[in-house]
Amino acid sequence: MPVLQTSFGFSPRVHELPGCAWALLILLVLFAATASNFLTTGNLLNIASQATLLLLLALPMTFVIMTEGLDLSLGALLSLCTVIFAIVVKSSGSVSAGILACVMIGVLIGALNGSLISMLGIPPFVATLGTMGIATGLALLLSEERELIELGATAQAAWSGIWMGIPLPVWIAAVSYGLFHFLLKHTRFGVSVIALGGNSEALRLAGKRVVPRLTLVYVLAGVYAAIAGVLLAGRINGGNPTAAQGMEFDAIAAVVVGGTHFVKGRGTLFGTLLGVILITVLRNGLNLLGLTASIQVAAIGILVIAALAMESRR
Amino acid sequence: MNNILVIGSPEARTIALRLFALGVIGLIIGSVAEPFTNAGNLLNILRQASLLFLIASGLTIVIIAGGLDLSIGANVSLSACLAATVIQSSGSLLAGAATALASGLAIGAMNALVICVLRVPAFIATYGMLWIVQGIAYWYMSGTIIHGFPSEVRYIGIGFTAGIPIPVYIMLAFLLLGTLFTQRTTWGRQIYAIGANPTAASLSGIPVNHRVALVYVISGAMSGLAALVFLARLNSAEADLGDSLMLQAVAAVLIGGTSLFGGTGTLAGTLLGCLVLTVVLNGMNLLSISASWQPIVTGAIVIASVLFDAIGRRNR
Repeated sequence: MPVLQTSFGFSPRVHELPGCAWALLILLVLFAATASNFLTTGNLLNIASQATLLLLLALPMTFVIMTEGLDLSLGALLSLCTVIFAIVVKSSGSVSAGILACVMIGVLIGALNGSLISMLGIPPFVATLGTMGIATGLALLLSEERELIELGATAQAAWSGIWMGIPLPVWIAAVSYGLFHFLLKHTRFGVSVIALGGNSEALRLAGKRVVPRLTLVYVLAGVYAAIAGVLLAGRINGGNPTAAQGMEFDAIAAVVVGGTHFVKGRGTLFGTLLGVILITVLRNGLNLLGLTASIQVAAIGILVIAALAMESRR
Repeated sequence: MNNILVIGSPEARTIALRLFALGVIGLIIGSVAEPFTNAGNLLNILRQASLLFLIASGLTIVIIAGGLDLSIGANVSLSACLAATVIQSSGSLLAGAATALASGLAIGAMNALVICVLRVPAFIATYGMLWIVQGIAYWYMSGTIIHGFPSEVRYIGIGFTAGIPIPVYIMLAFLLLGTLFTQRTTWGRQIYAIGANPTAASLSGIPVNHRVALVYVISGAMSGLAALVFLARLNSAEADLGDSLMLQAVAAVLIGGTSLFGGTGTLAGTLLGCLVLTVVLNGMNLLSISASWQPIVTGAIVIASVLFDAIGRRNR
């Protein structure tokens, strides 16, 4: 309905945001009215901390989806990183060694994803499905017959630390948001991310090499899964091979609901931020209403399909 | 058009290559793992591969049409749980089979609706459906296991006729039916044409949307059918029954020579893919290699097969 769109007179960017923002507003009112403990400080802080982890996956996922890609391996990679972090911290006692190991595995899996996709033209959802299997298995394998709990105070500090009155994870999320915004709006890499989705042929014809740029998008996703893994390990005070199973779907949902599109390769980081809050609030509210995680997942699935169906009708 | 039977055709060559690979893998595993070549174990492999084939055959047709169905594993879980409930309450095999099939068909039809009517890209539509269906299955079962079915139900999964497990007969029936459908019918050939080039197919008057909808319904129905055989074999049903099946089915289809880029592939190839994967996983079991290795190996196989496919296309 393009006619309707122009008659409203919204610029495309403003027009994209309201759907998600309205949905968020409706959910907030709904949960505030039905769940008595929704609007408590403790619960809102809980939502904020949940949202930070999801944002760390959703930011790079926005880039991935902007390039008309998908990364199904992020949840498994995040879980694998909690395991690796726990193993390294427990054996060496050094948190920085643990972080380094996680980032290395993130770069490795990201580079594997990226090169399969960019150099060989393998459909992203299949390449990352394969690495998802590998990461899942590795996490299970490494956690066999190992004690992965009680990492010590330093390891937990990444999650529970507070700097200038604000929890560290919130700082990390805010800095990451700023970084991704800067990358997208103020660097050549950002321009090529947008071009990769809209028209990678134009990028090629403009003399830019597609392979390193597209690979870098997946490496960035791997690194961020690793950072999120370190934070999550600090939070649960250990490593768990299934800690973030399926979290990539929440990230995909946040990005899609936030108005980034698979086919046209456009979207905004602010939309993703709203999407992350929407998904987190949805999960939290349903949880307070006594609905189990499985119903939450099904609800998010319906939300994703509805958002995509509405988008394709435009 | 029945290229599989023409010696020297590309399809026949692909299949010969897979047979050879299967033989080599079998010999290697057979020489290191003593119990591998037991008649009992070989029949077990055949039965496992037949079960996997039921899901993978539907997926093959979807991939030939240039699509993807990631919801098959969750479909098997939910259909098996629903059928298990019906069988336990009614004691009737027929009612259970009808439930499994209806549930599978319904999920397939939902996929078709979302992809063909709502125009959502297939991979994300079926991925979203995976989580919806899995969520419903986990919610429905809420951690319980339905265990113990009447012997007539169990017969489908563990029974023998003339020394051959019943699932093998079911597999052969669907191999024949599916091969006739894909190779010898107009609709079947149209599905290949759509996978090879949807625009050209549409311009030559093929009702692309209808055929694409059909392949997702077929895939859903095959998952429903597989669910019945799975619960009969396991004698129990729980919400995570099909969790590992999606990755395995994708691997089997890709090993079988069906191109992820659409337009090529055969069900006979997929059967060989199922056999190869089952032999490898079974061999790892016999060598008491940790089950954690299974997703690693399956994932690596997925990547390797699609790698060969992509490199082969580039060199053509």
